[in-house]
Amino acid sequence: MDGAGDAVHALYQQVRPPMARTMTIDWLHFTPWLSLAGGLLIGGAAALFILLNGRVLGISGILGGLLARRPGDAGWRIAFLLGLAAAPATFWLAAPAGFLAEPRIEAGWGTLVLAGLLVGFGTRYGSGCTSGHGVCGISRLSPRSLVATAAFMAAGFLTVYLLRHV
Amino acid sequence: MNRLIEFAIGLLFGWGLLLSGMTDPGKVQGFLDLAGAWDPSLAFVMGGAVLVGFFAFALAARRSRSFLGHPFQLPAAREIDRPLVLGALIFGVGWGLAGFCPGPALVATAAGYPEALVFVAAMLAGMAAFEGLGRLRGRALTADPAS
Repeated sequence: MDGAGDAVHALYQQVRPPMARTMTIDWLHFTPWLSLAGGLLIGGAAALFILLNGRVLGISGILGGLLARRPGDAGWRIAFLLGLAAAPATFWLAAPAGFLAEPRIEAGWGTLVLAGLLVGFGTRYGSGCTSGHGVCGISRLSPRSLVATAAFMAAGFLTVYLLRHV
Repeated sequence: MNRLIEFAIGLLFGWGLLLSGMTDPGKVQGFLDLAGAWDPSLAFVMGGAVLVGFFAFALAARRSRSFLGHPFQLPAAREIDRPLVLGALIFGVGWGLAGFCPGPALVATAAGYPEALVFVAAMLAGMAAFEGLGRLRGRALTADPAS
C-alpha cells in the first residue's frame, strides 16, 4: 500500500463504527452447510423423540435423571445414551477420512474439571442445557427456556471474552 | 422395540452433533468469541434444529398421545425463578470455559478424547452434587427435572 493508502486506512480505523472494529468473521473455520445439516439432524432427533416417545430430548435431564435413581426409569435413558456413544464409530465408518476437522481443545486439565463441575451442577439446577432449553424449549416457545438460553449464552459470551481478551 | 427406537434416536442425535461441529470445543468457543475471530456456525446449528423442532412440537401440541401411544411428558414449570436463571448462568460459564456442553462432551468421550472424559467425569460429579444437595434438603431443588 502506498503512503496515501496507508493514511486513508489509518483514518478509516479511526472513524469506522465500534462494532466493525471488533467483528471479524473466522472464515477458516466457518461451516454453514455442515452446521445447518447437523442442526437438521439434531432437530430431527428431537422431533422423533417427542413424536414417538413423548419426551423432551434434553441430554442433561436424560443423564442426570439416571443419578436420581428412580425405579423403572433407567432403561430408556441408557438406550438413548448408548446410541449417542455409538455415534462417533458409526459416523467414521460412513464418512471419508478427514471429513470433519479435528477438535480443538484449548482448556487445560484444571479448567476442564472446573468447567465440568459447573456444567453438571448448572444444567441440573437450571433444568436443562443446550438441547433441552436451547433446541426443544425454543422450538416449543417456552418462556422459561427462552430466558435460560439467553442466560447461558450471555454467560458463555462473557466467559470467553474474559478468557481471551482481558 | 422402544429401547431400539431410543438407541436409534441417540445415534441420530450424535451424528448431528458431530456433523454440526458442536463436538469441537474450538468451534463452540469460536462462536462465543464475539470480540475475536467469530465463527457464526453455531447459529446455523440452532437455526436448523429449531426449524425442525418447531414443527414437531406444534404437531405434538395437537395430539393427546405420541405416535407410539405414550403420554407427552412436557415440563410443567411455568415460573421464571432463581434456580432457572442461576443454573443457566452457571452452565454458561462452564460452557464458555471448556467449549463443551453435555451431549457433545459425551460424544467426544465416546470418540476417545481424554479431555472430554475428564470433563464428563467432573460433569457427573456436578450432577451428583445437585442430587445430593436436593436429598440433603429433603426435596428436589427444582420443580421440573424433566427437561
